[in-house]
Amino acid sequence: MLVYIDWLKEYTDVNVDLDSFSERMIMSGSNIENITHYGRAIEKVVVGRIEKIEKHPDADKLLVCLVDIGQDEKVQIVTGATNVFEGAYVPVILHGGKLPDGTKIKKGKLRGVNSFGMLCSAKELGYDDKNIPVEHKDGIWILDKEYPLGIDIVEALGLSGDVIEFEITPNRPDCLSMLGMAREVAATFKGNLRYPEANCKNEKGKASDYIKVSIKKPDLCRRYVARVVTDVKIGQSPWWLQKRLMYAGMRPINNIVDITNYVMLEYGQPIHAFDIRNIKGKEIIVDTAKEGELFTTLDGVERKLSSDTLLINDGERGIAIAGVMGGLNSEVENDTNTIVVESANFSGDSIRKTSKKLGLRTEASSRFEKGIDPNLAAEAADRVCKLIEMLGIGTVTEGRVDVYPGKVEAKQVLVRVDRVNKVLGINITKEEIEDIFVSLEMEIETDGNNLLVTPPTVRQDLQREEDFIEEVARIYGYDRLPLTLPKGNKESKKTRYQVLRDITKDALIGMGVNEVQTYSFMNPKGLYKVKTSSENKEFIRLINPLGEENSIMRTILTPNMLEVLAINYSRNIQDVKAFEIGNVFLNITQDEGLPTERENLCIACYGPGEDFFTIKGIVQEMLNKLGIKEAEYIPDETIDTYHPGRCAIISSNNQKLGVIGELHPDVLEQYDIDVRAYCCELNFDLIVNLADAEKYYKPLPKYPSTSRDIALLVDEEINVGRIESIIKDNGSEILEAVELFDVYRGQQVPEGKKSVAFTLTYRASDRTLTDEEVIEVHDKILIALKDGCNAVLRDM
Amino acid sequence: MQTMQARLSEILQEAKTQLNNSETINETESIRIKYLGKKGQLTEILRSMGKLSPEDRKVLGQSANSVRKEIEELLEKKFDELKKIEKNLKLKSERIDVTEPGKRKSLGTKHPITITIEEISRVFMSMGYSIAEGPEVETVFFNFDALNAAPNHPSRDLTDTFYITDEILLRTQTSPVQARTLLKESPPIKIISPGRCFRCDTPDATHSPMFHQVEGLLVDEGVSMTDLKGTLDSFAKQLFGNEVKTKFRPHFFPFTEPSAEMDVSCFKCAGKGCRVCKGSGWIEILGCGMVHPNVLAVGGVDTERYTGFAFGMGVERIAMLKYGVDDIRLFFENDMRFIEQFK
Repeated sequence: MLVYIDWLKEYTDVNVDLDSFSERMIMSGSNIENITHYGRAIEKVVVGRIEKIEKHPDADKLLVCLVDIGQDEKVQIVTGATNVFEGAYVPVILHGGKLPDGTKIKKGKLRGVNSFGMLCSAKELGYDDKNIPVEHKDGIWILDKEYPLGIDIVEALGLSGDVIEFEITPNRPDCLSMLGMAREVAATFKGNLRYPEANCKNEKGKASDYIKVSIKKPDLCRRYVARVVTDVKIGQSPWWLQKRLMYAGMRPINNIVDITNYVMLEYGQPIHAFDIRNIKGKEIIVDTAKEGELFTTLDGVERKLSSDTLLINDGERGIAIAGVMGGLNSEVENDTNTIVVESANFSGDSIRKTSKKLGLRTEASSRFEKGIDPNLAAEAADRVCKLIEMLGIGTVTEGRVDVYPGKVEAKQVLVRVDRVNKVLGINITKEEIEDIFVSLEMEIETDGNNLLVTPPTVRQDLQREEDFIEEVARIYGYDRLPLTLPKGNKESKKTRYQVLRDITKDALIGMGVNEVQTYSFMNPKGLYKVKTSSENKEFIRLINPLGEENSIMRTILTPNMLEVLAINYSRNIQDVKAFEIGNVFLNITQDEGLPTERENLCIACYGPGEDFFTIKGIVQEMLNKLGIKEAEYIPDETIDTYHPGRCAIISSNNQKLGVIGELHPDVLEQYDIDVRAYCCELNFDLIVNLADAEKYYKPLPKYPSTSRDIALLVDEEINVGRIESIIKDNGSEILEAVELFDVYRGQQVPEGKKSVAFTLTYRASDRTLTDEEVIEVHDKILIALKDGCNAVLRDM
Repeated sequence: MQTMQARLSEILQEAKTQLNNSETINETESIRIKYLGKKGQLTEILRSMGKLSPEDRKVLGQSANSVRKEIEELLEKKFDELKKIEKNLKLKSERIDVTEPGKRKSLGTKHPITITIEEISRVFMSMGYSIAEGPEVETVFFNFDALNAAPNHPSRDLTDTFYITDEILLRTQTSPVQARTLLKESPPIKIISPGRCFRCDTPDATHSPMFHQVEGLLVDEGVSMTDLKGTLDSFAKQLFGNEVKTKFRPHFFPFTEPSAEMDVSCFKCAGKGCRVCKGSGWIEILGCGMVHPNVLAVGGVDTERYTGFAFGMGVERIAMLKYGVDDIRLFFENDMRFIEQFK
């Protein structure tokens, strides 16, 4: 909401400087987005009258003007503008003058002809294109009347003025008006509010003789007020009115349209004017349109309406889309004689739907959407008539045609002084509270320590006690509330899940893996690019995604992780180790109809030092930290995402935790990654379930250990994991550790075989083991290895 | 006898001179062998003493032993000296350039958003708040209705909110966790809920369709707006430094009444006005207010007995301010050169 301070002063007093004014308005709840200072930094721009216009001798598009600036000598100025004429009063910037954008003007020659300054457009004097009056929006500013020649333009037109753009929150549509803002200012500064004059003095004829109104849809149109003005003289508005509109961000059009806009800005009530010539049957019927009905709005666009579009009809046809835009068929024209002034109240929901459906948002529709007090309609209509009378551009007829099916009355609300103080944490007296309410134009009845408060009906946001408590707080001043801390106390908790997640992240970071965060949504193509199994393709799709690339909720983390690898690889980053713990979304409906959401952990890497076993080492170390010590790595050739010979399913307690492997070259190719890369995706919920991060102390060994190294010749297909488990299964309680130290293929090892060497460590916690004890167990292991995987002991 | 005495002095003299001139351990060792070895000069004298009379043998024996002792001492001293020199030479030869880079085990880092959430959480946990989390895919009820959002509020539109069905959406704020907690627990309730949120914003330098919020909720007897101010003022000072000031301005949120926005004095320019605070000296940090009774009522809370406050802040915004990041997209692009700056 743009508030031109000089205009505001018409309704209330502003006695402080702009800085204090802004600060206090912000603190009482009217936040400021921007302040514009018009008429500043303009130098040597004066009023001039064009005395004579001649064609430029050498340029078709230039004119040479002789301009009277109130001095003995006339000034010669060359201009390219086409809207100038002899006798026009115009702003002239003289040699050495300055425009608000900082441009300095000097005398010079234009195609050989001397020019001692420049004729100015409104734009050059600092006005936005969209706010400049139609008459001179494309040329030199033609002043509305005669001004003393040579006087400073800023002074002549009163251009100096500050305009504050207030941020209006959705609960305060009443502040989208000068009066609404004035009410705020008056309350903030304890001033008075002055309402504009709205009573006409010389009314002739009766409105009801000219027009009849009926409302067919009272739920969509709460009130319709019509007034009639005859003998209208359409023309340009006086400068003071144009200026106010311009400073409020609206373009002056003609006096009638300007007055309707002016009153809309004053009261917040949109007004429309019809030419009565075009109202068939002299009646207005508010009804919904027929489905598919075609209607041309005054911007010349033919629009297709639907059966829920509220339409203003005459006896035969639609003449305006209610609250959105008037029709081309009933618009006010230059020869209009009699007008019907519409000041109506339409349902915000209905207008929002229509405006959205038609893709047409106007100043009026956006105000109706936010909600307007129906009690404003009559006074706003009166005010339009009053302004017409004041400007002498029409004859106002007596009376309003006012259809108001269900009058909106203000609701009285109980406000307890104790409750105000309890919520705010202060000690404010009943009297202070009353003062605040009175300053906001509320009516009060007292009942002991309780107040019965009736707000003005424009304040539709004031419904409950809390709403009034906020009024007290903001006018009292948030800054006056002291700082205290809550008295109650509570212990601070993290869930087991949260703690284990923290531990996991810390462990991974300790091993040099960086955390990444990717979108919770993904491109469905990603699932195909990583060739994932069909169960992961059961995804949830957004109705309104920003694009295909963000259109489904991720079912796995790997595709987004691969995008991370890809972007880093494409930027020549040599070495990447990354992890993400984040939600995946499974299309399995849970309580409340929500999909299943759980966290997965994805780790991925590439780089010169990386291979399958580096990422496996990270996973093992992490699982170990979480107390999942017995995870198995079961080779799997069937998962298309991974290299068939370098992939394993990780499981623990017969539950599948996830998959680890070297990514399949076909998958890497999809992401333009030309090096080997590795990835592991785990079900993090399950990991947390299985985790046991509690630590128990095991006494340090008191007795020595003995080690035996063995080298076994086995078939190539026999996995180390299998050999290890045979050793462990047969090691009894004295086998303390098994450690692989060599895998060898080559000389002395037949083709299709390999040699694997382990160190077996034996120890008992309560005695020194004898040779016999060790040999017994060790031999048992060797026999089991022979039986279990045909392992032959080699000489060491 | 006389000659042997003289010989002893001679030997001592010679040994002294030779030891004095000796420069290496090997040389010194050969001096030791020359005089004290099995065939050494002094050894030979001692051996030849058998021929002497017992008296002479006693006298000469004493002299010989004292010479031997003296040589031994000299040798020991010489050896020590030379070993020390040798050790020093070795140490000198082993000099390394300590300014060469270390063999680093590189640490990873948490994502800057995680780091920011943890910093915020740490402050509130120190004040007794627990961490509550909720689903990213939410119902319209918890995301809007339970939070007192008007049924026709534009934020519910398809242009603002991602929907999965008419009733299910991607949460646009972490506030639904408030509503869920209110339904599940009874006061006193003291939680913060960090998490991801989603809005239909095309990514640019300041917008992202996904972002993070930290929401807070306290419901208890006797909670007032001054407590809200005190809590958040303390939070701001802990997060941005003890010297920052806070300013609470009235604002509007459907789920709080009264509502406020909190600004902090610019920690970059100390309130003088700079690029970060756009010249105003203040930076908007969060929204807050006293929980609306309609919201408490959804959770079955006795609104006469209990009052509460809530607040919410954008994590990316705070991270951008704290770290001087000027493009929100950097957070989700995950370029390692960006992430690793937060080690």
